[in-house]
Amino acid sequence: MEKWYLMTVVVLIGLTVRWTVSLNSYSGAGKPPMFGDYEAQRHWQEITFNLPIKQWYFNSSDNNLQYWGLDYPPLTAYHSLLCAHVAKFINPDWIALHTSRGYESQAHKLFMRTTVLIADLLIYIPAVVLYCCCLKEISTKKKIANALCILLYPGLILIDYGHFQYNSVSLGFALWGVLGVSYDWDLLGSLAFCLALNYKQMELYHSLPFFCFLLGKCFKKGLKGKGFALLLKLACTVAGSFILCWLPFFTDKEQTLQVLRRLFPVDRGLFEDKVANVWCSFSVFLKIKDILPRDIQIIISFCFTFLSLLPACVKLILQPSPKGFKFTLVGCALSFFLFSFQVHEKSILLVSLPVCLVLNEIPFMSTWFLLVSTFSMLPLLLKDGLLLPSLVTVMAFFIACATCFSIFEKICEEELQLKSFSISVRKYLPSFTFLPRIIQYLFFLSVITMALLTLMTITLDPPQKLPDLFSVLVCFVSCLNFLFFLVYFNIIIMWDSKTERNQKKVN
Amino acid sequence: MAALGIAAGSANWFTALALGVTLLKCLLIPTYHSTDFEVHRNWLAITHNLPISQWYYEATSEWTLDYPPFFAWFEYALSHVAKYFDPEMLKVHNLNYSSSRTLLFQRFSVIFTDALFVYAVYECCKCIEGRKSGKELLEKPKFILSVLLLWNFGLLIVDHIHFQYNGFLFGLMLLSIARLFQKRHVEGAFLFAVLLHFKHIYLYVAPAYGVYLLRSYCFTAVKPDGSVRWNSFSFVRVTSLGLVVFLVTALSLGPFLALNQLPQIFSRLFPFKRGLCHAYWAPNFWALYNVLDKVLSVIGLQLKLLDPSKIPKASMTSGLVQEFQHVVLPSVTPLATFVCTLMAVLPSVFCLWFKPQGPRGFLRCLILCALSSFLFGWHVHEKAILLAILPLSLLSVEKADDASIFLILTTTGHFSLFPLLFTAPELPIKILLMLLFTIYSISSLKTLFRKEKPLFNWMETFYLLGLGPLEICCEFLFPFTSWKLKYPFIPLLLTSVYCAVGITYSWLKLYVSVLTGPPVGKTKKK
Repeated sequence: MEKWYLMTVVVLIGLTVRWTVSLNSYSGAGKPPMFGDYEAQRHWQEITFNLPIKQWYFNSSDNNLQYWGLDYPPLTAYHSLLCAHVAKFINPDWIALHTSRGYESQAHKLFMRTTVLIADLLIYIPAVVLYCCCLKEISTKKKIANALCILLYPGLILIDYGHFQYNSVSLGFALWGVLGVSYDWDLLGSLAFCLALNYKQMELYHSLPFFCFLLGKCFKKGLKGKGFALLLKLACTVAGSFILCWLPFFTDKEQTLQVLRRLFPVDRGLFEDKVANVWCSFSVFLKIKDILPRDIQIIISFCFTFLSLLPACVKLILQPSPKGFKFTLVGCALSFFLFSFQVHEKSILLVSLPVCLVLNEIPFMSTWFLLVSTFSMLPLLLKDGLLLPSLVTVMAFFIACATCFSIFEKICEEELQLKSFSISVRKYLPSFTFLPRIIQYLFFLSVITMALLTLMTITLDPPQKLPDLFSVLVCFVSCLNFLFFLVYFNIIIMWDSKTERNQKKVN
Repeated sequence: MAALGIAAGSANWFTALALGVTLLKCLLIPTYHSTDFEVHRNWLAITHNLPISQWYYEATSEWTLDYPPFFAWFEYALSHVAKYFDPEMLKVHNLNYSSSRTLLFQRFSVIFTDALFVYAVYECCKCIEGRKSGKELLEKPKFILSVLLLWNFGLLIVDHIHFQYNGFLFGLMLLSIARLFQKRHVEGAFLFAVLLHFKHIYLYVAPAYGVYLLRSYCFTAVKPDGSVRWNSFSFVRVTSLGLVVFLVTALSLGPFLALNQLPQIFSRLFPFKRGLCHAYWAPNFWALYNVLDKVLSVIGLQLKLLDPSKIPKASMTSGLVQEFQHVVLPSVTPLATFVCTLMAVLPSVFCLWFKPQGPRGFLRCLILCALSSFLFGWHVHEKAILLAILPLSLLSVEKADDASIFLILTTTGHFSLFPLLFTAPELPIKILLMLLFTIYSISSLKTLFRKEKPLFNWMETFYLLGLGPLEICCEFLFPFTSWKLKYPFIPLLLTSVYCAVGITYSWLKLYVSVLTGPPVGKTKKK
């Protein structure tokens, strides 16, 4: 293949964009006393380096949990420890216990940014490249174009390299998991996914599709023979990798429980800040957060989440296929984001990752979704002073998608994968042919709303009575979009196999 | 945004490439910028506040106005936009003023004026021959050429990180070349005359323009053997050319002539008080010459042939702009460099006169002029290598031999720009962008000419691969050695000497190909 140099070029473009974004400000830059996620990550290096492992998750005079206490699973802590050792080698002041709080300098920023880039380069980017290379039935050129678009997805770049987090690690592991499971390397896939889960508990959003897909595979092979063996092996892999990651915390029961309490802070409420999910948007009309007691909130959110993802999961167990798996990942993550308890605005990245994976199958809808997902984080990005890089990367991503997939020429029922759905509707409603046009209008409406809202947020001062007006509006609009996407993706999932069956009949 | 999408969605790859690189330029806004940023801010302030008569006398800042009048007018025009961004930057005494709005304005002014460059690239793409073009878009010479020009590494880092306005100036040059290709000679001459009054460094390539226009435009016919038919001289054409050039010059210098300020302007434009080499040595002949002198003096000291007390103390390698006495070899005067440059340029100009090969021959001569003056000129900046790299891109997609020369020249020339960016946050950017451009240019040209002989021989491959270890030594290993304090100039020295070899080599190779090129008759018939 002569075109592989283009893949190198694409990766280099991705890296260049990442690094140039990282020259911008980060969350909480120069904002004492709490700073932001950047300080949180630095603080974790300080804690893991200076305290014995037993004290990492416990409140003590050296480890004030109120000040960015460690609340991610052990792998994150180990990663912090690793970074801390490098930091110690370069400049011990960066991780000195107590005295390094709120440490900021150009050199330190450079160091932190480099750690993100290295983690990305080792885990996420190779997974994306491999994923695109393994795609079937498309030309090399399309594979490379696909890789370009995925690597340019602005949401992840802006959060990791602007705001400052290590999402590329957990999402990268999850992507390795998807790769493994899709190409029948089930054990490696589940190992990778366990690593993702142990890096960031938010990966639970992806866990149900993984579980259902693997279970469905076992069922397919027959639960009495090969399937059972596979199930056993999978269970051992999962248990083994979890035990390995948690080994230092299994020494006594209180340790394990404390880590779990830190991972699932139920007392932090239904949602945080302004999130584009149903609860936050609904509280514009009714403040559920204050009206209902917390345990009822939990039950309600659990019920909604469960009900909204149940059909897709059942379907995946009954008919496991790599394609259905990818779409179910989207559907489940979106359900979790919209309905579950304690959601952050950054959690939309967990939905965006699987949407990136279906970019070549439904380019128009995926591009649209990915634009909305970045838009939904607008208040956060503005707070971090990332306006310019956000606008630029969003435009670059849009141009890349529009040019690579010529998305505007692909708005018909087949390209939107709505053929079988439309056929079934037409049985009852013969004139149902206007769906693609409606979707096109909705797209323009959505893009115009987003552009206008962005413009208003940047230029206008909100009225004094409603200081959060624009951020609430952003969340509300994004939430409406996401609800539409939830319906759309569930339709695709539910009507998927009928197309296959029809095609088989035709063949 | 929707309209933008539709424009980009109609598979218009050129728009996508241009927009893509424009967005990349926007991402480079927060990067490091050199003192040239303050230079241009100062010029904005000078032209905005002072009467014309003061422009070339004002010396509050050390960065006095030393570009020709059109550039001053350009700054004057910009300053009228700048006042809406931040009026503070327009105060002459506000030295080193740099607010975030100033930064945005200055960076965006470079990005917007680059539109002319984009247009020029578009026009250039029309001029090259696309007969080899296959069906595949990525293998079309036009596509490759537009990437090579639009995404040029040197332009990106010099204009959008280091900070200068080369983009639209090179746009003017490429546009005038494109006009000559399109047989619109007067327009081409006009554009070049305008360009000269924007930045006088383009004087280096003026001989090529002069001889080409005289030979191929003013003489309307040639004898069958290709030599010039003297009686076909067209007075109308020469008058029109002269008039255009004269009018442009009058417009530019006229006001200052009226003010009787021409000597002052010329003393600003041609500061021979500066040293033979710029602060960072440009990788040219004099870099090799200086190193040879240094080596000889060290050997001389070792063998006790030289008297240590007589060696001048001013160390050239410490990287200061100053005049310098060589120890062993004869010292170089501005006149000597001028004679050397002239000697180097003359053969190519003669070739253009006696063996005219249409606009392509002109382009070759132009590149040779640029390269010769880069190699032998007085106080050459390393950035001047772009003057040869950009026009050579046009030739590189048409012929395998040119592609090979282009790749060697571009890679070494771009590498020699590395010392411009010495700050840590920009280190990954320059390496990534350099890799991006180098990998793309080498691989795409290799694919384009895959049916012909390989582009590099083993020696060239070895030389180019050597750039990797050189970079690692200079920027990753050297700072940790004990030599860092004692000999801080070594990385710069190594870089410019190593690159000087490659640039001299490609100059020689290009010269050989021009001098031994096909005789007149064959190419004239096309």
